[in-house]
Amino acid sequence: MTDDKPTITKAPDRRRFLKSGLAAAGGVAAFGLAGRAGAVEAGGNSENQAPNVADWSRYLGDGVDAAPYGMPSPYESGVVRRNVEWLTATPESSVSFTPLHQLHGIITPNGLCFERHHGGAAEIDPADHQLMIHGLVDKPLMFTPEDIFRFPPESRFYFLECAANSGMEWHGAQLNSCQFTFGMVHCVHYTGVPLKTLLAACGVRPKAKWLLAEGGDASGMTRSIPMHKALDDCMVVYAMNGEKLRPEQGYPLRLVVPGWEGNMWIKWLRRIEVGDKPWYHREETSKYTDLMDDGTARSFTWVMDAKSAITSHCPENPIRRKGQQVISGVAWSGRGKISRVDVTADGGRNWHRARLDEPVMSKCLTRFYLDWEWSGDEALLQSRAIDETGYVQPTIKALRKVRGAESIYHNNSMRTWRVHNDGAIENVEIS
Amino acid sequence: MSKSPDRKSLSLPRALVPFILLALALYLGAAYAGSVRAGEHNYSLGRLATQEEIAGWDIDIRPDGAGLPAGSGSIADGEVLFDERCAVCHGEFGEGAGRYPVLAGGIGTLSSNDPVKTVGSYWPYASTLFDYIRRAMPFGDAQSLTADETYALTAYVLYLNDLLDEDAELDQTSLPAIEMPNRDGFTEPDPRPDTPGISVEKPCMKDCKGAVSITGTARSIDVTPDD
Repeated sequence: MTDDKPTITKAPDRRRFLKSGLAAAGGVAAFGLAGRAGAVEAGGNSENQAPNVADWSRYLGDGVDAAPYGMPSPYESGVVRRNVEWLTATPESSVSFTPLHQLHGIITPNGLCFERHHGGAAEIDPADHQLMIHGLVDKPLMFTPEDIFRFPPESRFYFLECAANSGMEWHGAQLNSCQFTFGMVHCVHYTGVPLKTLLAACGVRPKAKWLLAEGGDASGMTRSIPMHKALDDCMVVYAMNGEKLRPEQGYPLRLVVPGWEGNMWIKWLRRIEVGDKPWYHREETSKYTDLMDDGTARSFTWVMDAKSAITSHCPENPIRRKGQQVISGVAWSGRGKISRVDVTADGGRNWHRARLDEPVMSKCLTRFYLDWEWSGDEALLQSRAIDETGYVQPTIKALRKVRGAESIYHNNSMRTWRVHNDGAIENVEIS
Repeated sequence: MSKSPDRKSLSLPRALVPFILLALALYLGAAYAGSVRAGEHNYSLGRLATQEEIAGWDIDIRPDGAGLPAGSGSIADGEVLFDERCAVCHGEFGEGAGRYPVLAGGIGTLSSNDPVKTVGSYWPYASTLFDYIRRAMPFGDAQSLTADETYALTAYVLYLNDLLDEDAELDQTSLPAIEMPNRDGFTEPDPRPDTPGISVEKPCMKDCKGAVSITGTARSIDVTPDD
């Protein structure tokens, strides 16, 4: 065998190497994906486990030039955004969902941040992109992305949640999935420029009370934003999690409106008009207003109230064995920091305080954990977030009592995961 | 070299000074090092936007009519355009095809169990219709309509909602004067938080409620996509 050992003199070609490796090993058939599914079922391929030596412990792996932009392991290919086809008429004006149940910590990888477009994702050459700021200003200015890069940058962690997240659950448990019931949220480390810096460069006039932010996409997305928020913590950003924005997240420039509904975070930002009144455009009248039981609708409900989601276990993550479990999830609030999260395993009769994982940041996802011994009996899991203002995540019954069931947006109620005695988990509603 | 610690120019090691002098000599006095600034607001970045550039992009309309362009459109012209460019998604009478938005009808349904939110039943301002058609419609061919065409389509959609007579025309003056049926149906400001809190200091942790029963399940509805 050792005589047949392949010799590699320069960058190894994986296929050539594999071939000689196979010959050398006298036909080790387990290499590659062929045996994978069965191996997973059987708890792995014993030929790759102790006391044997696995192929990857013997043969060279890929060189540094194999993947100039790295991708997750092929064994993680199921960790993807998903969408619900029947929700919308067309994928260009639709939404996909972050696979929260497959993520860890608080940061959402760029390629897994849910997408919400109203006219498809614009693909923009940054050399062509312009950001115009005009209206009630002393100097209407035009910026290129290069101009924006030259301002002193700031980097901040923020969650972004679509106002319609969990909107399908207003009438009751509908989607048997953590991804589809909670996945219109992501959390990213943004880099960009405070909006107030750009506004100051233009010289905002005293009468100015509002601004209109407009996207350069085919929906020309617009939202009116009050000046106090613009001057507080809004940013014009160009980077997420250390790299430039992804096209579907607004490349090359997007607005960040911390703690407020995602629709306001205008992507492909091309224009900001400064004015003295709101514009009452389609996305703040026809949409993103909350219809109450009496037929009136609330306008300008911007803040995303405190909410939490148990991401493991959940319908996609059944319990496989009795005994020690970790209940894990994320909590967030548009009003500040999460101060505590409680978890129940019996539908709200008894609660247990979860451990908040550091860091806990304002308007950012917070990870929580609770150790739990599962006896094998049925259980009803819920999590309850409380933020630093003292706001408590409500039950769906409490929300319906004040708002009815037709408001689509701002459903921040607790959801219930029913654990069956075989470990399967289901989205249910309880009394 | 500066001895003053708060001076805002860049300090350089003494050893570099001859090289700088040399560079200055070689480049005939060209500026060599920038200055470090902190906390200044005038960065002199960007350039003035021209009136022509602003006019090309400033397409937004407000309820008071601010932003409406010159021009006009009739319901008759709007009907022809609507049939050609809009009906495929919105239906011939604005009833909506598939899951595309319903544009007409629904008046009186907002407090029912099946609210139908249309331009006529829900939208508070007619200006929003003009603005939205102008910026986003037809879907997939946005900003392709002339001002007259946009007025005509706006008029036709309002006509489908029985908000305009057959012979009406819309322009800068008549559009903002239209009173939409649900104009007073919206409330501000946001009244949240609107749900009862619990004691944050000592929230109930034991025996907080009685027997719990399951009142609904996602499985029984069975609309979750298979992977």
